[in-house]
Amino acid sequence: MKLGLAIGELHRSENHLAGALLAMSDRHKADHEIFYVARDIARWSQDHVQALAAIGRDYDVELDAQPEGDPSLLASLRQKASDAVGRRPEPGLLLLADLRHVYREASGVSLDWELLAQAAQGAKQEELLALAQRCHPETLRQVGWANAMLKVEATQVLVS
Amino acid sequence: MQTDRIAEPWGTRTPYGPGEAWPTRVDTHLADGVAPEDVDRWVQSATILHSNGDGLDIAVKDGEIVGVRGREVDRVNHGRLGPKDLFGWQANKSPDRLTKPLIRRNGKLVETDWDTAMDAVVNRTKELLDEQGPSAISFYTTGQLFLEEYYTMGLIAHGGIGTNHVDGNTRLCTATAAAALKESFGCDGQPGSYTDIDHADVIALYGHNMAETQTVLWTRVLDRLAGPNPPKVICVDPRMTPVAREATIHLAPRPGTNVMLMNALLHEIIANGWVDSDYVQAHAVGFAELEKRVADYPPEVAAEVCDVPAEQIREAARVLGQAERLLSTVLQGFYQSHQASAAAVQVNNVNIIRGMLGKPGCGVLQMNGQPTAENTRECGADGDLPAFRNWSNDEHVKDLAKVWNLDPMQIPHWSPPTHAMQMFRYAEEGSIRFMWVQATNPAVSLPELGRIREILAQERLFLVVQDIFLSETAQLADVVLPAATWGEKTGTFTNVDRTVHLSEKAVEPPGEARPDLDIFIDFSRRMGLQDKDGQPLVKWDDPEGAFEGWKDCTRGRPCDYTGLSYEKLRGGSGIQWPCNAENPDGTERIYVDGQFWAAPDYCESYGRDLVTGAPLSPVEYKALNPTGKAVLKAVEYLPPHEIVSQEFPFQLITGRTLYHFHTRTKTARAPQLQKAAPEVWVELSASDAADRGFTEGDLLEISTPRGRVEARLRISGIRPGVAFLPFHYGYWDSPSGHEPGGKRGRAANELTLTDWDPVSKQPIFKTAAAAVRRLSKGKGSPSLAPTTTGSRPVTADVPPTTGGPAAAVTEQMAATGGVK
Repeated sequence: MKLGLAIGELHRSENHLAGALLAMSDRHKADHEIFYVARDIARWSQDHVQALAAIGRDYDVELDAQPEGDPSLLASLRQKASDAVGRRPEPGLLLLADLRHVYREASGVSLDWELLAQAAQGAKQEELLALAQRCHPETLRQVGWANAMLKVEATQVLVS
Repeated sequence: MQTDRIAEPWGTRTPYGPGEAWPTRVDTHLADGVAPEDVDRWVQSATILHSNGDGLDIAVKDGEIVGVRGREVDRVNHGRLGPKDLFGWQANKSPDRLTKPLIRRNGKLVETDWDTAMDAVVNRTKELLDEQGPSAISFYTTGQLFLEEYYTMGLIAHGGIGTNHVDGNTRLCTATAAAALKESFGCDGQPGSYTDIDHADVIALYGHNMAETQTVLWTRVLDRLAGPNPPKVICVDPRMTPVAREATIHLAPRPGTNVMLMNALLHEIIANGWVDSDYVQAHAVGFAELEKRVADYPPEVAAEVCDVPAEQIREAARVLGQAERLLSTVLQGFYQSHQASAAAVQVNNVNIIRGMLGKPGCGVLQMNGQPTAENTRECGADGDLPAFRNWSNDEHVKDLAKVWNLDPMQIPHWSPPTHAMQMFRYAEEGSIRFMWVQATNPAVSLPELGRIREILAQERLFLVVQDIFLSETAQLADVVLPAATWGEKTGTFTNVDRTVHLSEKAVEPPGEARPDLDIFIDFSRRMGLQDKDGQPLVKWDDPEGAFEGWKDCTRGRPCDYTGLSYEKLRGGSGIQWPCNAENPDGTERIYVDGQFWAAPDYCESYGRDLVTGAPLSPVEYKALNPTGKAVLKAVEYLPPHEIVSQEFPFQLITGRTLYHFHTRTKTARAPQLQKAAPEVWVELSASDAADRGFTEGDLLEISTPRGRVEARLRISGIRPGVAFLPFHYGYWDSPSGHEPGGKRGRAANELTLTDWDPVSKQPIFKTAAAAVRRLSKGKGSPSLAPTTTGSRPVTADVPPTTGGPAAAVTEQMAATGGVK
């Protein structure tokens, strides 16, 4: 069984997604909804990282339960920079690029959860299946959010 | 009898029992020296300095307004009026009304004529349309114009200009009411009726200081409380408000924890089996999910987070769970706080799972803050499509295009409408370059004023302000258009419980001031806006014509006005929509027998994710709710975005007082009201004051990372750890004009943070972290905050708020009481 491998891969991609959300949040401090909601939903990924690390032990994978932090010095620098350029139009294009990145990352994570859920079902691993059923909807909400914000932002950025 | 209605804002009791008619009491206030027999004529209208929609008559003598009298026949107020209505009309004839258009020349606003002003507006609009297109143009309206004006403005903005950037200041007051109703019932529209107060055995007020925001409605509650078999009252509020003082149970949670509290209440109701399972089975979806979610929120967990005793939560849940006729009401304590829509939706959930909808005494009132906010929403002036059409339903857009005789492509519907906070963001980064502000004052009412002033003052933003006074915002404008106000123009408006009133013109507007409707139509004609056949886009010239146009637009929609007319609204009481061929006398209660407007092809909204705010797709909604039932939406609690620290140890909440409306542009010009609450104050609890050695009347500085405010201290019954500032006080009546004179201001919004609810997009005014320090001692003179209201002092030696002879109001009781 290669379930451990799949858990490890999800652990890595969830960590990455949390990092991408937090970095986007910092880069767009002047876009307040992006700033706050990206932080709120990065928690979901961080929670998934912890849960995956816990269940990983049952499959002999050693994973760090501590989500990868965003170095706070770097975060505060990014926030200052984004505040400073908040009155210029260029960040609009950067925001589209960032949202697109988060959308793709989250979609990848979603796919990984789907695969893990299937495998868990195939291998009759109830606890693992329950974990996937709890976490995957939150990933889908992350995908939905990135998609929705893209739609909201894109028209103004592209037609103006 | 005569009553000082500043000292006694709710007037004399007329007690009544459950199921009885609320006795009438006609309140009259006339200018000094004017007797009722001196009045030339009484002109029918309704109240405009709050959202209650009380019917009144305007007294006219020698072509001037000389007073007001409540309409005894009106279903809303049975003759009563509140202090703001009794005295606020005096603002109409202030000597500093705007009477001529103003235009900025060499950096200064100077008087000009209408042609010059309107041409400047039209030319800039055309230039920007050529250069950039409709994405450069935005409209920021209000909750204080008339239905006819919103509908016309929405038609011009959406159908004529083709911009998506249309919103009202209702974003700050009722956006969450609309959002919560859309989430739970698929459509805006108030499930409750004010008459539910006559029948309820439990009234639960969530973040709703009804005593100060809707004084006449609270009078109705007080009369029930004074009568036989009074209802139990549950109050959720961190302040010791007049509502809290009357409450059977008062829960004072930490600001920002409403969802936690609501989930715990729902947890208890479900765990104790107080659910109407048959109703839920037949009329709702989502119960399993809700049950699973709130299982994680036992009262003990909430007690920790909200800092409310678990036993109190249990007791409140027991009262809610055992109510036979439950009326729930919600306002800014939920709407302007963290997780606003999520919390307001949980209130809907309580009524849904208890089957308490569509029957006498059983309802939800998701309240409004302003008199005509309901119309801003209905008419699409808040960005939504008119008559609760769904922007993501192509059939609805096509149908609207038919009503307007336009190509559907002309009506923007590619994404959700741009909300006010986003409009200011686009103006900040420079893609919105024209903003037309109508009857509102963002330079005082929006959060983080330093930022807002910078945005409004930008050279690259063309700012048009349409108002009756030179407000803080108007002082920053490029063009100022002087408008007529209530009593000087005719139109209709609709209150919280769907009651439509006609407000007739009583007197001429001052100078060259014009009705807002005339200004919009003039703009449309000068722009040459046309329908697809080359005919004028706006097909009416007067209010009644606009009303007839609106009726067409509402045909078959939930807010159906087709059975109404000016003629029908004259003489009697206001009438509740839907009013059509089937319901010619209007409709007291909607959602009777669990019938909702939530079917996928009919609903106004497919809903949003309660955490991320992402809209659901039509496919997702159809899967969730194929047959149009009520939707039970569950949500997790999230900690607030700004939390207290060593440096900023207080939670700051802003709010209002009974005697003022918005940024005081009218109420400060009514002497009785201004005298009752003449200057800003800050409230702290007795224990916080004692810890720091502060006493009543000390001058304090309140600061956040955004700014600093100074205010005198009122030691009140607010919960420890929380500071309260009223948001009404700006700078128009100070030497500095539109901004703080020194390094400290007096506008509460100098301090608030820019953050909004992702679902309703309503800004959050009630969750900021602040520091407090003393600037100087009060030397025994107390703060001038009112003593009659939520700011009642807890220390002795504060003289009571009174109005004296100038505030005398005649109250005429009905000959017979409520017991018939």
